[in-house]
Amino acid sequence: MTLFYLFGAVAVIASLLVIAQRNPIYSVLLLIASFGALSGLYVLLQAPFVAVTQIIVYAGAIMVLFLFVVMLLNAPHEETEHDEKIHPLRRPGPMRFGAVLAAVLLVELLWALTRAGSEGTAFPGADVISVRAIGKALFTDYAFPFEVTSLLIIVAMVGAVVLAKRDTRRGGAPAPPTP
Amino acid sequence: MPAITPLLVAQVVIIVVVFHALLLSAAAMVWVERRLAAALQQRSGPTRVGWQGLLQPFADVIKLMFKEELRPKAADALLFGLAPIISAMCAFSAFAVVPFGGSTTFFGLLSEPMKLQVADVNVAVLVIFAIASMGVYGIVLAGWSSNSKYSLLGGLRSSAQMISYELSYGMALASVLLLGNSLSLTEVVNGQAGYWFHVIPKWFIFVQPVGFLIFMTAGVAETNRAPFDFPEAEQELVAGYHTEYSSMSFAMFFLAEYINMVTVSAVATDLFLGGWYGPFLPASLGWIWFLIKVGALLFFYVWMRWTLPRYRYDQLMAFGWKILLPVAVVNLLATAAGVLYFGV
Repeated sequence: MTLFYLFGAVAVIASLLVIAQRNPIYSVLLLIASFGALSGLYVLLQAPFVAVTQIIVYAGAIMVLFLFVVMLLNAPHEETEHDEKIHPLRRPGPMRFGAVLAAVLLVELLWALTRAGSEGTAFPGADVISVRAIGKALFTDYAFPFEVTSLLIIVAMVGAVVLAKRDTRRGGAPAPPTP
Repeated sequence: MPAITPLLVAQVVIIVVVFHALLLSAAAMVWVERRLAAALQQRSGPTRVGWQGLLQPFADVIKLMFKEELRPKAADALLFGLAPIISAMCAFSAFAVVPFGGSTTFFGLLSEPMKLQVADVNVAVLVIFAIASMGVYGIVLAGWSSNSKYSLLGGLRSSAQMISYELSYGMALASVLLLGNSLSLTEVVNGQAGYWFHVIPKWFIFVQPVGFLIFMTAGVAETNRAPFDFPEAEQELVAGYHTEYSSMSFAMFFLAEYINMVTVSAVATDLFLGGWYGPFLPASLGWIWFLIKVGALLFFYVWMRWTLPRYRYDQLMAFGWKILLPVAVVNLLATAAGVLYFGV
């Protein structure tokens, strides 16, 4: 139980600090710390495979990409002083939208947390432990959601390529030849 | 407090032995690398400190310890200090799940046999993969926090290289795991015991030659060794991500690089070369075979560094994405089909 509170506290505090940082690099690192603590929680839940996958996929692969982008853009410290006095709901479009989303998320979280107590939160032990069981479940019972998720990722990738591709027809400079 | 049992003592002894063996192996690799490089270039290399220069690495360590610890003014103090620690820590901890011998009772000292391994994790292969993917942060953060353009370029290259080669690395791993039918390294090694026709050992390298090549190529890229040593390419980037480091924090990167080499070689030995199985020696001395095989792979590493020139950066990327990854995918599919058709 001590370990649970330790990992839980690290996860919560690190996640809070992620949004309290001005420097994006520190945000990325704190998010990694938070993922590490989550992975510790998975180990406590007898799910070593999920724990290791969490580290490989999120902390390892995705956050390296995040860090790569932050470093590549060399993003400076956020400059928020000029609009700090305005109330979040009165800021321009995107910010207002973000504030509304945050409020919705808060309500959802509260709703989920108050419901969870009545239903019990224990994992169905053996099913999450064995890699074989996870694989079987993914390709039989959850085959459709699994494939749809991969389709979503493909859509996101195609979107990114379309956005990044330079339009050569309307006078834009042609893309440099790739050796 | 758990009671002090012979088993606990044996565990602690194994941890201490493995830790120091890794440190010593790094020192030994420095010597081997310098002597072998010299031999390949028809020089003699370090020969003065100790017999045949064997004490040269220790002299180097003492020299590094007494050097001044420098930190650029514009560097990010916290991350600049943290980066070498992350590198060295990941390098050491990855070896914890690598088994290096069969079960033994230490000549009857223990009542039941124990495995020669620091921690027996049932998803060992994935743990190694996870720790390796954490190790890249040491390099990337070193590059960023130094606040120097050479370091930053080195860090960027490192992260791009890791992302590109990790996929092929994982695919090669997965094809062996299909054959071994387990995620535990001990199980995979035990699946390679015995012989075909009483002559050819049942090592997975004979079933998975392509997988072995992919694994070693990606392994060289993951450990930033020549011909894939772009993060530190000295002719272009001074010294890459550790340009601004000196003294012991530089030594930690150095140490991490050599220990990572040892770990990749040890994992390759377990996955492809039959681990501690070999002819002539009794089962209790299997770790000697393990050391011989790891040594051979390490020799190959050094040999390659001084034989092949460094690629160009875009060649590295094109090779990783356009050749290595498709080959790895086809190899994985073929292995899966083979396992389905012939059974394991």
